[in-house]
Order: sequence, then structure tokens, then C-alpha cells
Amino acid sequence: MQSLDVQKRSATTTTPPSVRHAAEPVAKLIDISKCIGCKACQVACMQWNDLRDDIGTNVGVYDNPVDLTDQSWTVMRFAEVQRADGNLDWLIRKDGCMHCEDPGCLKACPAPGAIVKYANGIVDFVSENCIGCGYCIAGCPFNIPRISKRDNKAYKCTLCSDRVAVGLEPACVKTCPTGALMFGAKEDMVARGQKRVNDLKERGFQKAALYDPKGVGGTHVMYVLQHGDTPELYSGLPSDPKISPWVSLWKGVTKPLLSIGLGLAVLGAFFHYVTRGPKEVEKGDKA
Amino acid sequence: MSQVVIKSGEVPRYSAAERTNHWIVAILFILLAASGLAFFHPAFYFLSWLLGGGVWARILHPFLGVLMFLFFLFMVMRYWQDNIIQPYDREWRKRLRDVINNRDENLPEIDKYNIGQKQLFWTMVVTMALLLVSGIMLWRPYFAGFFPIPLIRIAAVVHMLAAFVLMLGIVVHIYSAIFWVRGSLRAMTRGTVTHAWAKHHHPLWYRRVTGAK
Repeated sequence: MQSLDVQKRSATTTTPPSVRHAAEPVAKLIDISKCIGCKACQVACMQWNDLRDDIGTNVGVYDNPVDLTDQSWTVMRFAEVQRADGNLDWLIRKDGCMHCEDPGCLKACPAPGAIVKYANGIVDFVSENCIGCGYCIAGCPFNIPRISKRDNKAYKCTLCSDRVAVGLEPACVKTCPTGALMFGAKEDMVARGQKRVNDLKERGFQKAALYDPKGVGGTHVMYVLQHGDTPELYSGLPSDPKISPWVSLWKGVTKPLLSIGLGLAVLGAFFHYVTRGPKEVEKGDKA
Repeated sequence: MSQVVIKSGEVPRYSAAERTNHWIVAILFILLAASGLAFFHPAFYFLSWLLGGGVWARILHPFLGVLMFLFFLFMVMRYWQDNIIQPYDREWRKRLRDVINNRDENLPEIDKYNIGQKQLFWTMVVTMALLLVSGIMLWRPYFAGFFPIPLIRIAAVVHMLAAFVLMLGIVVHIYSAIFWVRGSLRAMTRGTVTHAWAKHHHPLWYRRVTGAK
């Protein structure tokens, strides 16, 4: 995929390839108020990415499969919520990778180049570099990556980086029959999302909002939420997602500091030897 | 106990079984430190090739870790009594500056281990236990799935810090045993030390095992 510039590369301390000028941040906009829960996006994702999940079991609700897997990179989550006025809301959220501007998975990943963030904002797993440690799962604030039992590598939505690289929209967006999924420049998607939020407000959804959480630097997958003040209603969408402080402690300044500490200990021992010398009980004692 | 042929001028310190046990732990430690550092910072990623690359390092690291813990347990059972800190150890500790500057004259008499060795022993007991528990929480694909993600994050930090403390301790251990305190390494390679070494560094132990006055 070297037609795209790389903005961030996992476990890499030098500048990734970045000479191209054209990259414009992209985004997918998911308008939950327009989603009818048909799951065409799930099917399109399977079809384009050559994935076939195991046949599951009906658990009494529409969710099927019930969770993301290495074969299901997007799933519809159906939540039945009773409103204050007694009416029922059926909130259907297309779950999957949010493509964070500041990706926790990439921060946690120890394998050089196993996770990259392209200059257009897409966060992609490069499976051939993945070592299967699962650190991305610990790093992700949205609980998205899944490790395959077949090859022990992590998988998730690629935002169809292969299609986007050649100027196509993601497969899910292409197939959506109601226009609930849109794709384009992030700037344009924010504008469209805001417009839609204003529409919803006029129609009585006073708390409608665009979900583009700042805690992770914004995301390249955004939601239009009817109830923007309570994202948790949408099958536990976090209201203020951010990279856990534990992950920051694990993968932040501690990495260089402890590395230097270890180096200093070895140097300290060496210079102790040089300045103080060995303890010899008898002259010429060997180790 | 194995038969030890004691040449005149030698004091037995570690049996063949003890030496074997120690070196199994030592070799496992080297492999674990190398692969662990590879996961810790990209500057050390090349060390993963010691175990056959990143994927093999990820696969083998936890198994080697459990092995190291088991063999270390044998060492704990062998040595814990010798590592109980005594009043004379504290006196010895007060003169650490002299020890570091190789002014060993008139140090308080100590037994088989000095307080530095004893503190290293207990540090290893604590860090090895922390590494085992946190390591199991991080172990994919077998065990990590049973633990909630927030707990796994904490386990990762604990694993990193415990490993760091352990590695610092081992740096001191290797330096002291091989380079600094001459005549020590042979205790772990050939099993014996000289009378002079034993008398100088561990007088109480020397009198206890040799019956010398």
C-alpha cells in the first residue's frame, strides 16, 4: 500500500514515508438516525474482504454475530431504550474500528510496522508484521481488535484502505441503502454531520450531536447521535474515550527512561570497575 | 549430597545440582530478558531474533517464563533460610560505602550471604512472583482472554516495572560475581571457593562449614 503516505508506524522511532502532498484526512460518517439495521454493510464488508464468519446462534435479539470477530469487522448493535416520555427508541449502531487520530492500538503495539496510520487518517493492521501479542487489544479504548484463532494475528476494519487508496469509498458505504453511511473528506463529513445534527434538533432531538471524540484526537469514523449527551445508550459507546493512563504509563516516557536506566546501570558497573577495581583477596585473584 | 573431592585450599559452596539449577535459571533469564526487551522498546526489537523472530519470541517467552519461575522456586527452597536478614547484616549495611570503595577491613562478620545478596534474593522472590501473575494475564492466546481489558493494562505496567527491577538487580549480580568480587564465579562453575575468599568475605559461614576457629 505504498501509494499512501504513513503518518505513524508502530514501534518505530524514525520518520515514516511522508513525501507526498495529496493526502487529505478522510472520514466515514454513520448517521444512526437514518440506519434501519439491514446489515447490508456487514455483508458488503464480508464480501469485499473475503471473510466468512461461523454460523452463530440466535441469542434472542437482532445482533448477529453478537460481537466483532476476526471474521466480522463490523457488526450492528441493537439497543432498545425507553425514553423519558415512555416511547421506545431502537438505537442501532454499526460498531467497528473508529480510526482514531491518536490510535491506542498503535501506541501499544511492540512490532515495528504491524500497525500504521496513513496520512489520510486510516489506521491499518499490517498482518505480516503482527506477532500476535494482543497489546493492541489493551491499547484500544473501543475494544475493537480481535485475534484470529487460525493465525494468531489481530484483525479489524481497514476502512477499506485498499479501496480508498484507489479513489473508491469503503464497501459498507457503497452498499448502504438509506444513505446512513457517507464517506469523504473529514472536513466535509464534519460539515454534513453538523447539518444533520441541526436537522435533528429542529425535529425535537434537542441533544443530537456529532460524535468525534476529542479524547483520542477525533476519529475518522464519526456518528450522528440523536441522543448525543448519552452515547452509552448506543450499546455502550463511551462518552469520553481516551487512551488509558495505564497504557500511557506503559508506552510513554517510561520506555526511554527505563531503557536509559538500564544502560546507566551497566555503565555504572563498568566505571565502578575502572575507578575502584576488583576485590582481590589474594594478589592476582581471577573471577 | 554428591561426593565432593575437596582439594586442600578449597571450600565447597555449591553442589553440582545447585550449580545446574542456577545456570538453568540464568540461561532462561537471558532468553527472557532479550525477548522481553524486544517487546518493551523498538531499540531492542532485534533481540527477538535470539528466539527466532518476533512471533516465536511472543510464543516462547511465556513458556520460558513459567520454566524460569519453577526452577527459581527450587532455588528459593534451597536458599531462603540463608537469606534471612540478621542484625549483623544491618551493621554491615551501614558500612556499604566502605564496601563499595573496597575498604573491607574490619567489616562485621557475616554468614553465607551479605545483605546485598540477601536483598537481591528477596527482590527476585517478589519480582518473579509479580512477573508470573502479570505474565499469565498477558499470555495470548491462552489466558489473556479470561481477564478484563483494564486489568490487562495494569498487568502490563506491573510486568514492565517488575522486569526492570529484576534486570537492574541482575546487572549488579553479574557485575559483582564475575568482575568485582574476585574468586566468586568459581563457586558457581566449579563449586568451590578458596579458604582465603571464604574467610575474607563470609567468615561466619567459613567457620560454620569448616569448623575452623
